[in-house]
Amino acid sequence: MPDLGIEVLFAGRNMARMLGGLWVALRISLVSAALGIPSGILLGVVMRMKNPVTKILTRLYLEVVRILPQLVLLFLVFFGTTRMFGWNLEAETAAIIVFTFWGTAEMGDLVRGALAGIPAHQYESGAALGLTMPQIYRFIVIPQTLRRLIPLSINLVTRMIKTTSLVMMIGVVEVLKVTQQIIEANRVAHPQAAFGLYGAVFVFYFLACWPISLLAGYLEKKWS
Amino acid sequence: MKEDLLRIEHVSKSYGENRILKDISLTIHRGEVVVVIGPSGCGKSTLLRCVNGLEPIQQGKITLRGELIDGKSRKITAIRQRVGMVFQNYELFPHMTVLENIVLAPVKVQKKGRREAVEEAEKLLARVGLCGKEESYPRELSGGQKQRVAIVRALIMEPEILLFDEVTAALDPEMVREVLDVLLQLAEQGRTMVIVTHEMAFARAVADRVIFIDQGNIVEQGTPEEFFGNPKSERAKKFLRTFEFEPVSGKTAGAGSAVQSVPGI
Repeated sequence: MPDLGIEVLFAGRNMARMLGGLWVALRISLVSAALGIPSGILLGVVMRMKNPVTKILTRLYLEVVRILPQLVLLFLVFFGTTRMFGWNLEAETAAIIVFTFWGTAEMGDLVRGALAGIPAHQYESGAALGLTMPQIYRFIVIPQTLRRLIPLSINLVTRMIKTTSLVMMIGVVEVLKVTQQIIEANRVAHPQAAFGLYGAVFVFYFLACWPISLLAGYLEKKWS
Repeated sequence: MKEDLLRIEHVSKSYGENRILKDISLTIHRGEVVVVIGPSGCGKSTLLRCVNGLEPIQQGKITLRGELIDGKSRKITAIRQRVGMVFQNYELFPHMTVLENIVLAPVKVQKKGRREAVEEAEKLLARVGLCGKEESYPRELSGGQKQRVAIVRALIMEPEILLFDEVTAALDPEMVREVLDVLLQLAEQGRTMVIVTHEMAFARAVADRVIFIDQGNIVEQGTPEEFFGNPKSERAKKFLRTFEFEPVSGKTAGAGSAVQSVPGI
């Protein structure tokens, strides 16, 4: 049996430290999702407005977020703001700012798409029955939009969780960073530990994201 | 003379430069079944949409028993409860069951009790042959069934006038009949209806009056006997001819002999 570093995983507090790191990653993504999803819903409604000014501004925002790699955004917010404005942001705070900024844009576009996907005829057949505009939104448009959105926004959350692996680059000690530290510490005694420990990271991410993916798939099927 | 229910007076409607309806005037009496026919894009569907205020009009006025129909007015929701409309593509609400689709408006708009609305819905569903479909979702129904649900959804509001916008145009031929039978049944009950359709045999059977519209004008109107038997305008004659087919000359006799004459067969 080759040494895969499994015993390193179970040695001392290593496993607990790694799970602690996973919790940091989950905390960043869940806080960002909790902030980004509601603001994204608002953004999506704004994006639907016919006003040319809001149209250009929201479009610009979305394109900026899409074009810039998340890592560049992280560096910009964490290092850039310190240089420019002398802000001394915690790395985790910087990460949450970036992920919220990103999540809001993505969620906004999902909401815009879901709203645009409700055919004009749905509004009209509601109107033809004598429903008022607020009633049409409440009983017809919003329930249908939510059904489309919930699976999509859950997928966004899993994407966020996966992307948190970047935040170690600005010094957040999350699961990947913890794992690197453990591997470094055991370099001499267990040179192969990298395989087993990164394998464990793989399993951790899988266990964190898989139930969420299952839920999205289940809801998508139920409401299709 | 029966009471005038709906009055369309000198109505003009355009999209930009494009005039869809040109000075249309039409009065519909209580209990009358009016069938509107005409080539695609002649404005007949637009006319229906104007009648319940889904489309704004630029000139003229439309009144329901003297009350002005104006899509922008606050009173429009009250008017729309009195004008039932059924669309070509059913437009059921996909996230609701058949029953929820039907009782939504009576409960939320007319503030009827839910139990009363459900009872009424079940009665109406039975009448259109959809007993037992209450808990189905629209996606589980055939086109003809969906359209009958849409008719029930309009009927439960007890409208004074029903508008049907090419309600069989999206249906497979064998489902057209089940929907048209429902319309015939409604006509027998003496309901006031305006039906836009391309089904000429049905139009002839159901109509008290046929209106022929072309390029935004009412070109001709009359009883179905007059209109289909002896159309007065050239335009109507030409339109009606498009529904007739001459047998292809020599097809039956000629085809067999042609094959025989090919050498080697």
